[in-house]
Amino acid sequence: MADTAGTTTSRFAPPARRFSTRRQMTLGWAFVERQTNLWKRHWAWEIVWLVYGVVNTLAITFIAKQLTTEGIVSGKQANDLILFLLIGTLVWAYLSAVLDDISLVVTWERWEGTIEHTLMAPVPRVAHLVGTAVFGVLHALTRTCLIMVFALPFFTVDLSHADWGTAAVVMLIGSLSLIGLGILTGVLPLLYPERGEQMSFMVQAVILLISGVYYSVETLPPALRIFSYLSPATYLLRGVRAALINGASVADEAGDLLIMAIFAVVLIPASIAVFSAAERWAKRTGRLKRQG
Amino acid sequence: MRTAPVYLLPSPENPDHPGAPPLIVRGVSKSFTPGMHLPWSKKPRRRVRAVQDVSFDIGRGEIFGLIGANGSGKSTLIRILSSLVIADTGTVKVFGYDIERDSIQARQLINRVSADPSFFRQMTASENLLFYGRVYGMPPDLVKQRAAEILDRLGLDRSHQRAMVKELSRGQQQKIAVARAFLTSPALLLLDEPTTGLDPRSKRDVQTFVRDIQRDHDATILLTTHDMDEAEALCGRIAFLAAGRIVAEGTSLELRRSVANGRPVDGIDMEDVFMELTGRTVDDDEEEDEIEEVAVDG
Repeated sequence: MADTAGTTTSRFAPPARRFSTRRQMTLGWAFVERQTNLWKRHWAWEIVWLVYGVVNTLAITFIAKQLTTEGIVSGKQANDLILFLLIGTLVWAYLSAVLDDISLVVTWERWEGTIEHTLMAPVPRVAHLVGTAVFGVLHALTRTCLIMVFALPFFTVDLSHADWGTAAVVMLIGSLSLIGLGILTGVLPLLYPERGEQMSFMVQAVILLISGVYYSVETLPPALRIFSYLSPATYLLRGVRAALINGASVADEAGDLLIMAIFAVVLIPASIAVFSAAERWAKRTGRLKRQG
Repeated sequence: MRTAPVYLLPSPENPDHPGAPPLIVRGVSKSFTPGMHLPWSKKPRRRVRAVQDVSFDIGRGEIFGLIGANGSGKSTLIRILSSLVIADTGTVKVFGYDIERDSIQARQLINRVSADPSFFRQMTASENLLFYGRVYGMPPDLVKQRAAEILDRLGLDRSHQRAMVKELSRGQQQKIAVARAFLTSPALLLLDEPTTGLDPRSKRDVQTFVRDIQRDHDATILLTTHDMDEAEALCGRIAFLAAGRIVAEGTSLELRRSVANGRPVDGIDMEDVFMELTGRTVDDDEEEDEIEEVAVDG
């Protein structure tokens, strides 16, 4: 397509039917670059979300500290409870940031009015969505690390047993399993231009309820507990807690890692297929136009 | 040694259809059913016809003008040609590539300027162009070099190229939109009212740029407008669109002759030609052409 020499030419190769993996990665990286530029320009919002994340983490984890102060829990149990809530709030900050970033792929472009120009570019949807997801994961990881840096000094916790390597592996595989979920929530604003964003918040709220963010999923009534097994976040939270509180190894977590890998293998292609079908429907019904 | 930058590439060859023209449109129709459909609602729904049985070709190196009032179906047609709306019936082929079936190939050959220069407003003009060049597979250095060259030619100074889009005027934003389309060296360019709402100077800058590109690079361009002077100045052939249909097509001279009835052709204004052939003025907004009520269960 583009004449990369930038000079007049009389011969011109026909356009490619399929792109190489390298070319797709380059195209996907364009979305990482764009989101990074947008992120830099919206630094004030980033501070707002950082402060919100720190305050939320402190507010919830202080509940455990109060129970310790009042002697309701003590010793290792107290340490574990603080860590349980701390990990829950931090992982939720991470999960919600990943889901937000990926599901905003349509909403933000609709709002700016750029969605038509982006969707008519010759970018395979896989490269488009995976590029957006990669930024979402990197962005969420950065924000969550900053929240942890600010929140951790408020608590005295024993992390001597923690297996950070296992936690990192769980986060990596868990993030892949979340990407498919994020893309699926991103479909909603494509289908429902005016209410899609609110609907994606509802999906997040349900994940918060069923995944055991602030409590063990065993606390849930049986009818709800069934749904907890369908959320990749359940296994991610369980794996990170096992690694950081009990020092579980990768081998110990093999079961949850396998489940998350299956979620990733099934959900990523399925969500891209659903997104493509939704895009086609939006093109049939004329719903790609600017909103806002 | 570097020569002048290419803003529009020579026509590509489709190995499956050698010599295929840049654009073939055959029997394209599109209607919409506005609003949301609630499954429990018994209320009949309106159906609006936007484009009706439109057919035309554009030859290599041609600038083809599509003139119609607001609401006549121009933008829907451009969206269909850009793969952003799927037609109910008919086919669109870009250099022989079907816009639906061979979408990824066809999309590599086209780009579009719309009346609304939509950008990421918090990003600079250069950052926006970098993104749009990158998604067409261009290396960053080439994007920066070519973007600067095009914007210089369009008369947008370097300080504005580094400014956030939200800080630029409508005219400056539209120049960046024109640069975005030419940046990727499209073999077929779709210009959807590119000068609407521009001040006279910006309008002249854009028109001069399009004319230069056509002269220097044998560009193939589809231009929609409701500015008769612009259409006459830039286009080799012109089609009039009314209520989603092409009602007349030809050179400006042929269109004038078709309504002359013995009068001297030079004295006939194109606005009058449009009015005689379509029954309305080009500045009127067209009413939506409601074709039927759709029963929800039918």
